[in-house]
Amino acid sequence: MSGGGDKEGIKSARAANSDCSLILESLIVGKSTEADSMVEWSDAERSAIAAVWGKLNLDEVGPQALGRVLIVYPWTQRYFGTFGDLSNAAAILGNPKVANHGKVVLGALDKAVKNLDNIKGTYANLSQLHCEKLNVDPDNFRLLADCLTIVIATKFGAAFPPQVQATWQKLMAVVVAALTSRYF
Amino acid sequence: MVEWTDFERATIQDIFSKMDYESVGHNALARCLVVYPWTQRYFGNFGNLYNAAAIMGNPKVAAHGAVVLHGLDRAVKNMDNIKATYAELSVLHSEKLHVDPDNFRLLADCLTIVVASRLGTGFTADVQAAFQKFLAVVGSALTKQYH
Repeated sequence: MSGGGDKEGIKSARAANSDCSLILESLIVGKSTEADSMVEWSDAERSAIAAVWGKLNLDEVGPQALGRVLIVYPWTQRYFGTFGDLSNAAAILGNPKVANHGKVVLGALDKAVKNLDNIKGTYANLSQLHCEKLNVDPDNFRLLADCLTIVIATKFGAAFPPQVQATWQKLMAVVVAALTSRYF
Repeated sequence: MVEWTDFERATIQDIFSKMDYESVGHNALARCLVVYPWTQRYFGNFGNLYNAAAIMGNPKVAAHGAVVLHGLDRAVKNMDNIKATYAELSVLHSEKLHVDPDNFRLLADCLTIVVASRLGTGFTADVQAAFQKFLAVVGSALTKQYH
């Protein structure tokens, strides 16, 4: 990775310009100053993502996606020991803590959709949280992404054609990578 | 041997009995080629795979999608012996076609999305779990004869 040396160069140049506020902001908020690691999004991809996201009821889709993860990949229940009854599909789908947490997760995904050009920076703190505090195996991010994609497919039917699926899965991959980025 | 609950057996039979193999097979394979473009390397003689529209409209993709789904039918009809059912197909994919077995999972994922989009709310979490288990067993059986 060649970014390290450039970051030092940019920092010292900015310090020389006495613009310490920019450096402080990036450190506090965790934003990346490396332009070379940016994901490229075409106009078509941006519109496709906005179109999909615009039609989703986050409060409905979040609980459904998280519910599916807990049902289809039961080992994920280990992260939710305080959620009460997860003993079968009906219990999981009716569990208010699952529903609530599904909404929290989709709310966080909204931040990525609104910051397509800096998903990595947007999720730096969340990544650290999932690693150091929640101890979540990053494989599980992909499982949740897959379940969310399936929920979207069930709702959109023919309105989720291959090209839109490809764009959506690219977004999911970038989000998963960003959430994994602070793991050591 | 893989254990199947009554619900899982009934779910798999139900999904496939109502399925339009040609349409679903076409759609699933086309999605694979669009969403995971490196898979196009296995279809060098299929002609135009240049973009999503070309792939969707390509008659060889449609035909081959149907072939794959009809091949899947054998597992549907032999759920208690999928491993043996696919022994020869596994050897074929490994020794003759040289398909990276990762790709079985990619195609399975695309097939899941097609079925989800067709069944809508009927593709409940339990149905999803059963379907994904079935496809995982299929993928495992197809990978069995790889060295």
